[in-house]
Amino acid sequence: MEYMVNIPIHLLMIAIFPPLLLGVINRTKAFFAGRNGAPTLQPYHDIIRLWQKGSVFSPTTSVIFRAGPVLTIAAIVAAALMMPLGNHPAPISFNGDMILFAYLLGLARFFTIAAALDTGSSFEGMGGAREATFACLAEPALFFSLVVLARISRSISLTGMLNDFPPTIWFGSGAALLLMVGALFILLLAENCRIPFDDPNTHLELTMIHEVMVLDHSGPALAAILYGASLKLLLFGALFIHITVPFRSGSFLLDWCAFTGAMILLAIIVGVVESTMARLKLTRVPQLLIAACILSAFAMLLVMRQTS
Amino acid sequence: MNSSMKFSRNGDAFLLSEIPEYGSNDFLQKIITETSSGWRVLNFFGVPEQESLTLYAVLGARREQQIGVMKCRVTESFPSISGYVPQLHLFEREIAETFGVIPEDHPWFKPVRFITSRTTGQNSFAKSVDEPIIPGVTDYFRVNGEEVHEVAVGPVHAGIIEPGHFRFQCHGEKVFHLEISLGYQHRGIEGQLTGGPYPSTIHRMETVAGDTTIGHTQAYCMILEGLGGSAPSQRGDSIRAIALELERLANHCGDLGALAGDVGYLPTMSYCGRIRGDFLNMTALICGSRFGRGLVRPGGAAFDIDTRQMVELQRRLAAAKSDLQNAVELLWHSSSAMARFDQTGKISAEAALELGLVGPAARACGVQRDVRSGFPFGAYKNHGWQPVTDPHGDVYARAMVRWLECQQSIDFIAHELDHLPQGGCRAKVAMPLPESMVISLTEGWRGEICHTAITGINGTFTSYKIVDPSFHNWTGLAMALRGEQISDFPLCNKSFNLSYCGFDL
Repeated sequence: MEYMVNIPIHLLMIAIFPPLLLGVINRTKAFFAGRNGAPTLQPYHDIIRLWQKGSVFSPTTSVIFRAGPVLTIAAIVAAALMMPLGNHPAPISFNGDMILFAYLLGLARFFTIAAALDTGSSFEGMGGAREATFACLAEPALFFSLVVLARISRSISLTGMLNDFPPTIWFGSGAALLLMVGALFILLLAENCRIPFDDPNTHLELTMIHEVMVLDHSGPALAAILYGASLKLLLFGALFIHITVPFRSGSFLLDWCAFTGAMILLAIIVGVVESTMARLKLTRVPQLLIAACILSAFAMLLVMRQTS
Repeated sequence: MNSSMKFSRNGDAFLLSEIPEYGSNDFLQKIITETSSGWRVLNFFGVPEQESLTLYAVLGARREQQIGVMKCRVTESFPSISGYVPQLHLFEREIAETFGVIPEDHPWFKPVRFITSRTTGQNSFAKSVDEPIIPGVTDYFRVNGEEVHEVAVGPVHAGIIEPGHFRFQCHGEKVFHLEISLGYQHRGIEGQLTGGPYPSTIHRMETVAGDTTIGHTQAYCMILEGLGGSAPSQRGDSIRAIALELERLANHCGDLGALAGDVGYLPTMSYCGRIRGDFLNMTALICGSRFGRGLVRPGGAAFDIDTRQMVELQRRLAAAKSDLQNAVELLWHSSSAMARFDQTGKISAEAALELGLVGPAARACGVQRDVRSGFPFGAYKNHGWQPVTDPHGDVYARAMVRWLECQQSIDFIAHELDHLPQGGCRAKVAMPLPESMVISLTEGWRGEICHTAITGINGTFTSYKIVDPSFHNWTGLAMALRGEQISDFPLCNKSFNLSYCGFDL
């Protein structure tokens, strides 16, 4: 019975919830700036508006450019089916799905970069180069973290690691988890192009990372990219929340509410970070990503020692 | 003739016949000698006369508060001295472009604004006559190599800014060289002034650079007052100075906010955006226009400040002062923002002096260069202005100089409001003297504004030359980017915040 309800909720969550996170972040930033800000539901309006628009394609682009957003969104949605949300198993889960999850996100990135390079624009080339460089540095942090989780839970499936994450682990491996949570938060900000790594609100092409790669997309393709970006935020947020808020009530509905509340709280925290700090100089970004790698690597060392 | 140059003061008219004339070699040699002994080039321009072109060099010495003028006659060409006096390089190119007189062996001989010559109707840059002149279409400096790439930005920008073209030669993220190509906004203002002053001239002056309305109009009024030999009303002078400082405050405040915005630091950006509006509204309180249109007029100011306005201005000023203090303190105390400002876009004091930078950009390199203290005018004459400087030469220094100047301006306005001279705010200005020259300098918020007018037999302008501070400073921006990260360009650009239309005229 629960299974019958949880799966549709999971799918609904994937389909409807993510843009709200962007709305909450923007609302938080507006609050800190002393402004009213755009309505919390503005991202939904944006996506609907873009979806109804026509598209403009540069004559220098090829099929890769058009395929980019479609493949990207497909890869992220597929990844979203493997990430447990709320307190129930993900719709798809099997041994080793954590690796598929990581590389589906990698695939999404690859097609975003490929579409950017396809335009031949020097801006987008630079954006692609930055994205690829930073992704190389972010990937080890993600894998070290996943190894930590795998070691603790003795499972190599995301559902096995994260679903029913027992709060008691915090007593046993608190130090390792704390290091990993630090790494995951850095990763969350970096992977979703938030300040201090990237500024989603800037209009300055030369400073952009993610935004510059999608400059040439318009209409439904841009809507898909916006939605995909917010879904990615949900996925990394879920990973973060399963570990930091291991709250289980027993009632599946209450669990869903707790999860949603925690996600919104996380969006507010991201908004606070963005409101109170400036972007890093681009040359400093790798340093912070390497710091995330080191944090998660130490976490890995700690759990290895403990359990061996 | 005893003196080697005609010495004058800011805003004083003198007869053209008093300017000593030299042969071109002596003339150029003299510029090299004087600039190497502490003088600098305020203006360097040509006036066509029948078959020849008369070149005027206007030099300034800060210590003596003196302006020196000399001239020479050239026909088709003259030897370029930009190699010795880099601050002249744009002036020489401008002369070549406008009058078709070529500075020989110019190290960087390219169009300035992409216009046809006023005298020959042709292009001076070795293109055929019927080839159209299109802004931005020229040969650019290129770095070759497998790993080098070129990034072209503009003339259409993502933000709401004026058009300009920027070419970066990059190695990865590192900028080897930046070349800036302007001219898209050229309106031919200087050409339209010949035969003036017309009733419409004052309005043109208000829009030489729309954000420097007061600065340019003030310089123009000083020209007319100098040519008429009529002193402006003292009260008017004070009101003009208040307006000039309000303009500075609004722009500096906006820039500080925009600098914060460029590094993604939202609180200061949002607050400064609002406070900028407060300063603009103070100008509007005086004259009804947020940008001070219609306020500065020959002889003084067109609008007086009555007691009620005075009280209101003092109140608003005090409120804006504490608001601005809070907003900017947030920025200084944010280590993440300071990390972005520090050591970014550095210019050495030597480079600033060689390029002839002016305004906050120069003062941020530790160069004491400020018209209000160097060539004081109007209400600044009795004020003993002390320019603020910062020795670091980076974005941080340019931000810091702006903030210190904001404080200085607020105190100055408060002082002037308390001590407004009695009497009318506008005096009569006599008709311009014939066959004279006058040079007026004002310190706009971007820096030194230099207007130079020459009158003919009937007292109308035969030549009117405007030098906006941006004309000196664009090269500074290009230099600041050497070896920088290309992603820091917007930040460096904002720290200069130069005018496109002020350059293009």
